[in-house]
Amino acid sequence: MSDEILISAKDLTVGYNIGKGFFDRTVLKAVNEVSVEIKRGSFFGLVGESGSGKTTLGRALLKAAPITGGHATFTDGEVTYDLATVSGDELKDYRKRAQLIFQDPYAALSPRMTVRDIVAEPLEVMGLTKTREETDARVREIAAKCRLNLEHLRRFPHAFSGGQRQRISIARALVSGPKFIVADESVAALDVSIQADVLNLLKQLQKDLGLTFLFISHDLSVVAHTCDHVAVMYLGRLVESAPTRQLFAAPRHPYTKALFSAIPSLDPDDRGRAQKLVGEIPSPLNQPSGCKFHTRCPNAIDKCRTTEPTLENPGDGHAVSCHRWRELLEAAITA
Amino acid sequence: MTTLIDVENLTLSFRTDEGLVTAVEDVSFSLKKGEVMGLVGESGSGKSVTAKALMQLNAGNAVYDPKSKITLHAEGREVDVLSLKKAAELKIVRGGAISMIFQEPMASFAPAITIGNQMVEQLLIHTDMTKAKAKEVSIEMLDRVGISDPSKRFDQYVFELSGGMRQRAMIAMALSTNPKLLIADEPTTALDVTIQAQVIDLMKDLVNEFHMGIIFITHDLGVIAQTADKVCVMYLGRIVEEGPVREVIRNPKHPYTRGLIAALPRFDDLDAPLTPVPGDIPSPLERPTGCVFHTRCREIIGDVCKRDLPENRWVDQSHRVACHLHAKTEAVR
Repeated sequence: MSDEILISAKDLTVGYNIGKGFFDRTVLKAVNEVSVEIKRGSFFGLVGESGSGKTTLGRALLKAAPITGGHATFTDGEVTYDLATVSGDELKDYRKRAQLIFQDPYAALSPRMTVRDIVAEPLEVMGLTKTREETDARVREIAAKCRLNLEHLRRFPHAFSGGQRQRISIARALVSGPKFIVADESVAALDVSIQADVLNLLKQLQKDLGLTFLFISHDLSVVAHTCDHVAVMYLGRLVESAPTRQLFAAPRHPYTKALFSAIPSLDPDDRGRAQKLVGEIPSPLNQPSGCKFHTRCPNAIDKCRTTEPTLENPGDGHAVSCHRWRELLEAAITA
Repeated sequence: MTTLIDVENLTLSFRTDEGLVTAVEDVSFSLKKGEVMGLVGESGSGKSVTAKALMQLNAGNAVYDPKSKITLHAEGREVDVLSLKKAAELKIVRGGAISMIFQEPMASFAPAITIGNQMVEQLLIHTDMTKAKAKEVSIEMLDRVGISDPSKRFDQYVFELSGGMRQRAMIAMALSTNPKLLIADEPTTALDVTIQAQVIDLMKDLVNEFHMGIIFITHDLGVIAQTADKVCVMYLGRIVEEGPVREVIRNPKHPYTRGLIAALPRFDDLDAPLTPVPGDIPSPLERPTGCVFHTRCREIIGDVCKRDLPENRWVDQSHRVACHLHAKTEAVR
């Protein structure tokens, strides 16, 4: 991992106009003023419940969701694009450099195309190869990297198990030689025995090809094992962001703590100790005042209900957006 | 505790265009009243098919082997489940003694009928309640599973509820007929961890309150550790290990169980490499000979694994394993 920044987003907002009629300008902000910096060659984790905006943020960075506010820049050493305005030929070029791996390997692959055609399609659409021989060579090269058998290339997706299918989608995402990959819940649909295999493959590919990953997941234990840096989202806002070790050793935001304790422990005698979060994530149409999390927060005080906290960075790279984090940290130390 | 259901030598295949596909082979277990049994395994291991067999809910092309026997002990009598043929007879188990919760609540509720009407409908079919009484019971159940404002929710449609609420409504519906056995097929897989924790707590409370048996199907060993009393680990249609939850998780005997536990990302050691179970689960059309797991086993001994099916062996009173590694221990009782 280098110190150069690949993706830098500042106050990035994705809003959808959901007003009924001409004069109703109601906007749903799925991602609300989020700032992140993703270093080149890193494995950046993004966690949160469904509805927290993590997928939308990932898509916005791929230019697949409308950026309605703030800035985002992509710099890979060869080109620099402003993601809010990039269009035309530049956008086509950006598509080669940034790719997406989907969640469900059963839905992501066309049942009527052979594996070879699926993996070759991006090359043909983007016009990256001139002859069929060249395409085939490239497909074989990437298939080998993703541990697909060459004889598998002639088969159709239905012949494969979940793990193999996910390897096919990975091969398709990598065939255009991208620098930046968004992996959206890419192991959520897999069995644990296969999940570890796909995670190891992603790590290996990252090293071999010098990729940068934005790894979106709701599973903290998976994130802990694969990512270098983790950002936690809640209701469109970034609530905490830190290097993985720091975050897992000492989470600062009450939401992150609650996410930790909700993970079922493998120890049968450890039942019921967890600090459970009550209620569910509020509707983004009807957002709470003040801190978005105060409706479910065990530590909420009056200030949380009226004033929204800002993301503060105390200088150790561990940013948090909570009024009371220092106080709670001191209380935890003295206790 | 008295026995609730006995499953002996359950073998089940499906007739398909490619021939007879064995989904479940020689599965035996029994469940006591008030006991929670976890059924763990990868997709394709036959856990859902096993559970559905208890209510004969498998598709029409299912063929039950004549040796298979499922005995339900309910209300002082014994019911041979597989001998039931007509829909009217099957009501003893379906919606009577056994209820089921499915994985995806959005797909299990009818989208164009209110939740309340669906709950009332099943009560009218399975019990002799009047419509008014059924409505009262339904609202009471919705309240019991922690749905706020139950009389309002009663008239809502499933798309108006969030994922966690839908699963709660599903649980309320399954329990309103007061079943003796509840089959929960991956009830928390589609939910967020925070909501999953809530649903698990709710299910634990309900076991204590209603004292029914639960078969909890999941691929998540963490969920099993938190809920179950005993565990059956399935692989390619066979139970490879069975035992009390503490025993199986702390002292796993079968290489497959060990592999599943090693594949889980752990928090206590972030540097530990993730060890996948090598290879993929074979297609049910190409069942391996000998031990079904030998194609992926890290602890394979030799030809014996490829040739002979390992017997069930008891490593202690309640912990059994089917693996040649344990051939020296006492054979099946």
